[in-house]
Amino acid sequence: MSGLKDAGHLFRFAGLFVIAFLLFWVIRGYVVPKSFGQYGHYRGSALTDIASHPVKFAGHETCETCHTDIADTKTKGAHAHVNCEACHGALANHANDPTSVTPVKPDSAVLCARCHTASAAKPKGFPQVDPVDHSGGAPCATCHNPHSPVIGSDTGASAVTGGAK
Amino acid sequence: MNISRRHLLVLLPAAAVAWKFVEAGTPEASPNYNKSDHWWGMLIDIPKCIGCGNCVRACQTENDVPDGFFRTWVERYHRTDIHLENPEVISPDGGKEGFPAVPEGAEGEYFFVPKMCNHCSDSPCTQVCPVGATFVSPDGVVLIDQTYCLGCAYCVQACPYGCRYIHPEKKVADKCTLCYHRITKGLTTACCEACPTGARQLADLKNPKDPIHEFLKTHSVQVLKPQMATGAKAFYNGLDGSVR
Repeated sequence: MSGLKDAGHLFRFAGLFVIAFLLFWVIRGYVVPKSFGQYGHYRGSALTDIASHPVKFAGHETCETCHTDIADTKTKGAHAHVNCEACHGALANHANDPTSVTPVKPDSAVLCARCHTASAAKPKGFPQVDPVDHSGGAPCATCHNPHSPVIGSDTGASAVTGGAK
Repeated sequence: MNISRRHLLVLLPAAAVAWKFVEAGTPEASPNYNKSDHWWGMLIDIPKCIGCGNCVRACQTENDVPDGFFRTWVERYHRTDIHLENPEVISPDGGKEGFPAVPEGAEGEYFFVPKMCNHCSDSPCTQVCPVGATFVSPDGVVLIDQTYCLGCAYCVQACPYGCRYIHPEKKVADKCTLCYHRITKGLTTACCEACPTGARQLADLKNPKDPIHEFLKTHSVQVLKPQMATGAKAFYNGLDGSVR
C-alpha cells in the first residue's frame, strides 16, 4: 500500500472525471430527443412533423367526387389530362368546406394565355396562338369551353357555364 | 392539497403509466403508409414542358415558400451550335410568371428545363450536415428537420444543383420536401398536380406497377451531373447535352 500513499491526488482527479462523465451522460439523456437514431442520424419524429404540414391542393380525385358533370365533359376533351387545380388554383379549403369557401372563376383571358401564348421555346405540337391576333384580347371562354376546348367538341354544354349543365 | 401516503402510492404508478404514453409520442398521421414500401423519385419530361410556371406557383402556395426563393423553378435554355457548351439560360423570378418572348428570327434551339431537388440517394447535402438536421428518409426523400438545423448553410453550398436556400424568416435551411405531407397521404406532389401537360410525374421506384419502370426502359433518360455520383432520382427525359 505504501506505493499508493502519495497517489491520492490522482484518485481525486479520476473521481472528477467520473463525475463529469456521469453528468454528461445524464444531461445527454435529457437533451437528445427520444426518436433520435430511430432511422438514422436524425430525429425520427421529424418525419411525422414534416408530414403534418397542411395540404392546400385537394387533388383532382377529390374535386371529381362532387363535380362529376365537369369531370365527364373534361374526360372527352383535349384537356382531359389537365387537373382541376392547374387552372382553378389550390382549393383544399373549398373541398373541406364547400359552402363557405367558394372559388373565384379564373379570368380566361389571362389564364389560357399562360399556356397557349405562342413561343418558339414551346414544343412544336403544343397548340399555341397569339392572343391579340387570335381574339383581339377577348376572353377565350367567349368561344371555347375551357373544360373541352376544341370548338364543337363539347357535349352541348354552353361555354359560359364552363361545361356545367 | 394534502397528499397522504396512500394517495401517493396510487398516484406514482399512474404517473409512471402516463409517462410511458408521453414517451411513445403522437401516433403516425397516416397509419396505412409504410415507409419501407416506397422509394420516391420524379420523372421530368422536357419535351412536354411549356414553361407556364404552374409548378413554381403551386409549390409556393402549397409549401409557403417565401417570395424570391424557390423549391422548384423553370429555366429556359437557348442553345446555338456555336455555343453548345455555354448555352444562354434565363429564369426570371423562377419562371413563375412565364418567360419573355423569343426574339424573332433567333437561331438555335429554345427549350424549358424544370429544376428541383433531385432527392439524391447519396446526397452531398446530407453528408455535410454537422448536427444531423438533414437526412435521406427511409422512403428516399431528402428532408430537413428545421427544429434541429442551425442555419450554418454548409448544405446550401454542398448541393451541386443549387436546390437549397436559407429561409429568410426561419433562418434555417429549406428545400423541396417532395411534398412529403402529400405523398404520405396518397396524393401526388403539388407541382405534379398543377402541371397541365404531365411534364412532371411523381415516381415510386419500389412500386413494380409504377409506369416509371416501363418509361425508363423505353426512353433515353438521364440525371443531372451524373459525374458527381449523387444517385439523383429526378429523371430527365429528352435532356439536351448543354443542360447543367
